Amino acid sequence: MSLLEIKNLYVEVDNHEILKGIDLRVNAGEMHSIMGPNGSGKSTLAQVLARRESYNVTRGEVSYDGKDLLAMKPEEAACEGIFMAFQYPVEIPGISNAYFLRSALNAIRRHRGLDEVDAMDFLPMFREKLKLLDMDEKLMNRSVNEDFSGGEKKRNEILQMAVLEPKLAILDETDSGLDIDALRIVAKGVNSMRSPERAIVVVTHYQRLLNYIVPDFVHVLVNGRIVRSGGPELALELEEKGYGSMEAGARQPAPA
Amino acid sequence: MNSNLNTIRDLADREYKWGFVTDIEEERVPKGLNEETIRLISAKKKEPEFMLQWRLKAYHHWASLEKAEAEPKWANIKYGPINYQEITYYSAPKRKPSLQNLEELDPEILRTYEKLGIPLEEQKLFAGVAVDAVFDSVSVATTFKDKLAELGVVFCSFSEAVQKHPELVQKYLGSVVPYTDNFFASLNAAVFTDGSFVYVPKGVRCPLELSTYFRINAAETGQFERTLIVADEGSYVSYLEGCTAPIRDQNQLHAAVVELVALDNAQIKYSTVQNWYPGDKEGKGGIYNFVTKRGKCLGVNSKISWTQVETGSAITWKYPSCILQGDNSVGEFYSVALTNNYQQADTGTKMIHIGKNTRSTVVSKGLSAGHGQNTYRGLVKILKGATGARNYTQCDSLLIGDRCGAHTFPYIEVRNSTARMEHEASTSKIGEDQLFYLRQRGLKPEDAVSMIVNGFCKRVFRELPMEFAVEAQKLLSVSLEGSVG
Repeated sequence: MSLLEIKNLYVEVDNHEILKGIDLRVNAGEMHSIMGPNGSGKSTLAQVLARRESYNVTRGEVSYDGKDLLAMKPEEAACEGIFMAFQYPVEIPGISNAYFLRSALNAIRRHRGLDEVDAMDFLPMFREKLKLLDMDEKLMNRSVNEDFSGGEKKRNEILQMAVLEPKLAILDETDSGLDIDALRIVAKGVNSMRSPERAIVVVTHYQRLLNYIVPDFVHVLVNGRIVRSGGPELALELEEKGYGSMEAGARQPAPA
Repeated sequence: MNSNLNTIRDLADREYKWGFVTDIEEERVPKGLNEETIRLISAKKKEPEFMLQWRLKAYHHWASLEKAEAEPKWANIKYGPINYQEITYYSAPKRKPSLQNLEELDPEILRTYEKLGIPLEEQKLFAGVAVDAVFDSVSVATTFKDKLAELGVVFCSFSEAVQKHPELVQKYLGSVVPYTDNFFASLNAAVFTDGSFVYVPKGVRCPLELSTYFRINAAETGQFERTLIVADEGSYVSYLEGCTAPIRDQNQLHAAVVELVALDNAQIKYSTVQNWYPGDKEGKGGIYNFVTKRGKCLGVNSKISWTQVETGSAITWKYPSCILQGDNSVGEFYSVALTNNYQQADTGTKMIHIGKNTRSTVVSKGLSAGHGQNTYRGLVKILKGATGARNYTQCDSLLIGDRCGAHTFPYIEVRNSTARMEHEASTSKIGEDQLFYLRQRGLKPEDAVSMIVNGFCKRVFRELPMEFAVEAQKLLSVSLEGSVG
């Protein structure tokens, strides 16, 4: 059984059909990359999997870990092990990063019937993850994402992923707005998360992230449909020929 | 008009459906307000002549305002006419426990107490349940009072102060809020029945938060209460008013007055948590809270700091202010005001800079949810002689949902060109993005809102005494229940 199985998924946002029949299977231990031009529906797919409620699923099914994902609320999906790194992380003034993350971790632990982690036990673990992402300890006490640079916000997303240890991580354009050094650090963080129990889906516009994070599978999303799927070499082909060549192919049925 | 009056009457007269105030043995004077009522109140309280004369002057002033229909109408609040002749102005409460045990209490209220973590014995007290002897206020209060007496700190009811320290009362009563100050302050001066009195002698740093004792008595506070706190030279006192437990009261109109006086190098810190009955979800009932609170920094280098967390009452009309008369004196105002359902709040502060190098800080956090209407109204006034005066004002509003309102009316008057003024303001909304972000991390919607709100109010909570701050956070969460989703 696949960890994630999407069948014939159609999604509308504000009465516009964005996803038009997505089929995708992701197994534990795999890393998938979903690539596509602006407006192709990549982020919509990520948000639907994270259960954003303003996205209207009109057709299709999504099963996650054997359960009906579409019946879950965002917090339920999160507690069941789905994590999304946001393209635009939100600021929460007055709440420290450490407190926020411990609250999230404990919400998930409660859901799984585990004991809550107190501040004393949480700190060493938090410090270790900060180190992995080359982040300043001061970030622990700063308000969540407030006055963070673009790169710091993205690194903070990966930090949260490292602490929350999801089963399925979805990275929504985590590479956008990162300089080359930050990109390397983020990639290091993501690679350290690869494990046989975990699946990672990287949504990206550019190939350059895939120089550092090598996916097992690449899917090309154009105009709400996956038009090609292949191995990591597909990303290189895209880099060379652009999405234009794929869009031409999109008018015909995708090759089997 | 008649039906309006009837409604008000019903509201004013009605008893809480939970039977809080049944079976009270009381001594009442007849309804209505006239010179005789005032004389009767003063006589019942065996007051010295100066008190009676002061009350009478206040009464005549109030009567002239009433005749001129001068009840203030400028605030951003709406309510029907109040019939002042329908109110009973004196009833000495001899409360008998109305319930035998907590099981008889409305389960909804019990649930709220539990969520707020109110100790069981205190729950009983608030609910009007017979209290165990161990917790009897006499024992707690006695140790407390002994300790204060050693230091010469006077902390007693206003009535007791009038009897035992008439010279202090006469000297300071009305010196900050005169009986002519405003409609509700005049009414209070004429008819107030009790309240608290604090005097901290020279150089004494009051070692206790004047809270525990007051909290025990909070359930007994009256409709027209009056507080007077005097901090003599070089002294310090921290005073806590109110509590987080929802207090029920059969009186709809509350018009309190608080006066603070800080002499040379003295400091007063006054913290309030107000959680009076706010009315039901449709906006029916609830307390009208028309309060006049003002502090005077009379001496040099004196400091008065107001911190308030206002979550209750149907209507809140309140502007804790500072008159910065002494050179180098400091005034502070930190406020969280929350309106949910149909609550209305028009609150803020006045900082009047008179002395040289006077400084003031204003931090106001307004939260609106449901159909709540929340107004910040503030005045910063720099008089001609206030050379080197400084003010910093930060005024933030947070909206939850799309049926509530946030309004701000900041007034700034500067008559001295050396003044430095800073004003920051913001209005934000708890948006879907913020909520989704927190829920995606595993938090339930109500926990997500609570987290955002507590972050928003942090600057103010920091000013509260530790224990109070924790309670205030819980209180906000409970008060906001059902505002999202």
